Amino acid sequence: MTGTSASRSRLTFSTVSSAVTLAALIAIPLFAKNFFVFQLTMVLIYGLAVLALNILTGASGQFSLGHSAFYAVGAYTSGILIEFAGMNYLLTLPVAGLVCFVFGFLFGFPALRLSGIYLALATFALAVAMPQLLKVGAFEHWTGGVQGLVITKPDAPFGLPLSQDVWLYYVTLAIAIVIYIAAVNLLNSRSGRAMMAIRDNQIAASAMGIDVAFYKTMAFGISAGITGIAGGLGAIVVQFVAPDGYTFQLAIALFLGMVVGGVGWLPGSLAGAAFIVFVPNLAEGVSKGLSGAVFGVFLFIIIFLVPHGARQIAILLQNLFVKFRTTQGGHHA
Amino acid sequence: MTTLLTVNDLRAYYGQVQALHGVAFALDEGSVTTLLGANGAGKTTTLRAICGMVRTSGAIEFDGKPILAKPTESIVKLGIAHVPQGRGTFTTMTVEENLQLGAISRSDKAAIAEDIERMYGYFPVLRQRSQQQAGTLSGGEQQMLAVARALMLRPRLMLLDEPSFGLAPLVVQELFQILGKINREDKVTILVVEQNAQLALELAETAYVIETGRIVMTGSAAEIASDDSVRRSYLGY
Amino acid sequence: MELFWNQVLAGISTGAIYAGMALAVVMIFTAIDNFNFAQGEMAMFSTFIAWQLIQWGMPFWWAFVLTVALSFVAGIAIERALFKPLAKAPILTNVAGFIALFAIINSVAGLIWDFTVKPFPTPFGTAPFLGSELVSTHQAGMIGVTFAMLAFLYVFFRYTRIGLAMRAAASLPESARLVGINTSWMIALGWGMATAIGAIAGMLIAPVVFLEPNMMGGVLLYGFAAAVLGGLTSPLGAVVGGLLVGVFENMVGTYIPGAGNELKLPIALALIVVVLVFKPTGLFGRTVVQRV
Repeated sequence: MTGTSASRSRLTFSTVSSAVTLAALIAIPLFAKNFFVFQLTMVLIYGLAVLALNILTGASGQFSLGHSAFYAVGAYTSGILIEFAGMNYLLTLPVAGLVCFVFGFLFGFPALRLSGIYLALATFALAVAMPQLLKVGAFEHWTGGVQGLVITKPDAPFGLPLSQDVWLYYVTLAIAIVIYIAAVNLLNSRSGRAMMAIRDNQIAASAMGIDVAFYKTMAFGISAGITGIAGGLGAIVVQFVAPDGYTFQLAIALFLGMVVGGVGWLPGSLAGAAFIVFVPNLAEGVSKGLSGAVFGVFLFIIIFLVPHGARQIAILLQNLFVKFRTTQGGHHA
Repeated sequence: MTTLLTVNDLRAYYGQVQALHGVAFALDEGSVTTLLGANGAGKTTTLRAICGMVRTSGAIEFDGKPILAKPTESIVKLGIAHVPQGRGTFTTMTVEENLQLGAISRSDKAAIAEDIERMYGYFPVLRQRSQQQAGTLSGGEQQMLAVARALMLRPRLMLLDEPSFGLAPLVVQELFQILGKINREDKVTILVVEQNAQLALELAETAYVIETGRIVMTGSAAEIASDDSVRRSYLGY
Repeated sequence: MELFWNQVLAGISTGAIYAGMALAVVMIFTAIDNFNFAQGEMAMFSTFIAWQLIQWGMPFWWAFVLTVALSFVAGIAIERALFKPLAKAPILTNVAGFIALFAIINSVAGLIWDFTVKPFPTPFGTAPFLGSELVSTHQAGMIGVTFAMLAFLYVFFRYTRIGLAMRAAASLPESARLVGINTSWMIALGWGMATAIGAIAGMLIAPVVFLEPNMMGGVLLYGFAAAVLGGLTSPLGAVVGGLLVGVFENMVGTYIPGAGNELKLPIALALIVVVLVFKPTGLFGRTVVQRV
């Protein structure tokens, strides 16, 4: 057997934890109530959006507080195509992704001139603007104006005995897995390394011949595209799109999801999304009048305990796992 | 000759990695000492340890008082000025503001103004550029500024980390001449860490050679400079 | 033409609101090289404290001074308790902390004082200023106080040793420690000052926008945009930026057809972003030359 026992264990920990998580994700909906399945679907969807943010901020080092805008564009693209063009809901997703990719890519150009806090402001402006743009009278015929659009929820195909929620959950899971694997491959590829080089030292990267402008705008485009797909799925699952569902509060929630999961750590996207979906409800459960304060306290506790997010917990578990394996190995020797 | 700084069994750590394994030396007041060694030997770490910038164990005494693990700003106020690697210039501030910052822990306003004049005397190019943003100065000029800033503290001990780095030879010569002058006229004890061993050995009286976190040789600068085997194995020339 | 100048004047009056907040933003940015999302809420909370003191019978200027002093102390206390522990954490984690602080303060204010709108007194009166229909004595007073704060900050940063020390600590903490500056306390001081400035801004703004827990949301954003427009390191830039943002906003509302109230904010922000694309460090910001 090649490799030290430690490196074999490192490989095994991540495969073991991935396998367990995947098994849980596949099995839970078979036992859970429809509403919980719906919540879990939203976790996957927000997980995709947080993943997109991780690619942009974590990998290419560009700040965005505006991803709610891309989410909204994806959601409305899907909604409009389903309701006005009669398109099959699944087909709307790649279209939503493409539209958002272009949108994000174009936004990436002026973004090249901005960095750090300035880029944060620009993207935040985008997030604030989007609900207002969606309410503009001129587009009302398509967007439904302030009231938005109701979207027909699809049934499971071929008459399968699955509820709409469960069917949509598995569709979302499948898409999420595909995108996740693609994202991991992207970051491990030459392009991924180029992006990370830009994040670490832009001047040095460009001196090495990396086309900074190309990679940065591509990162924006890809990130926006994935968020658009998430938005489209969100629209279908929630059956509804309206301007006030995509305010800057969503952008902030996605940002918090990224931080809680561990910036730039793709697996953390799921943990971050779970935080976004469940903790606000938890806070309200503790105290209706002070739900915001309780949420804030929870958030503080988390960032005090694990300033680097869920990734820190994963590393801790991994170390325990390795210790466990090596003592086992020692006993056998 | 009183001893100004003693270091005993100094160990330093970057996280889990141990960088110094029991370094020991002493500096006499008014002396010029050089710490030589290859890249990664622990020269910079030693200076940072003296200033409380890394995790340490062991003993460091300055002027008879223990200073190990004290906060950096307190150690500085005792009279130790550190010119770090890369100079640490406040690039967004003017040259004159940088000098004022060197004296920020002092309260004798008139003397501070005098000292700024003195610095301009040592380094005329700084007077020319006094209102310019420090980041626009050349490497050599920034090094002069860094030394001047350290002197504004009126330190008893000055630590310099690779002051010749990235500078043209003539500039380095000029700089080292000024360091010698400062040592003689202002009675500042100097510990200079260098990779450019030759020049450092001309300036210093005593030399220590450090390798992988341990002092492996000590002697007068003249001895070390004339010892061929030392030069070849440790100093690379 | 007269409409144009009237709108400019009106814009300057509203801009004074943003200028005050922008000063607080520049103050905190100078201290911690970061933007505190919760600053608006802290200013709002301070204003509520002043309101409460006045309700309990304290004369206005006593309440004003006491509130500013309490805010200064509170700013230091919050930094020491909540953000000093995060000093070694990544920047984005600190931003999450600001967001958490926002949520807590907003929620607590809502619980203590509820969300009904309350009037807040002005010491300057509300008569037309010099006979102008568009500028009231309060707004003139607001502009005056803002310029007074600006003068104070300018002198503080440029001519005092502690101001210099604070700038150094924010710009290069390690070098600052090497000249003997206690960088940790510089940060605390910066927080205290920023919170005090925010309190003053809040007490000036409240008579115009009326006091309620959500009053600072839009103002903070405009204040931030104004600070960025002016160049984040320049108090003068903050004030000029604030006035310009006020004028922009007014112009957009008056001259761009279809730009109702909702679109004013995004369009104003978009204009600022355009300026940034051409002048990334803002109007008065110092371009930092980076030698690699």
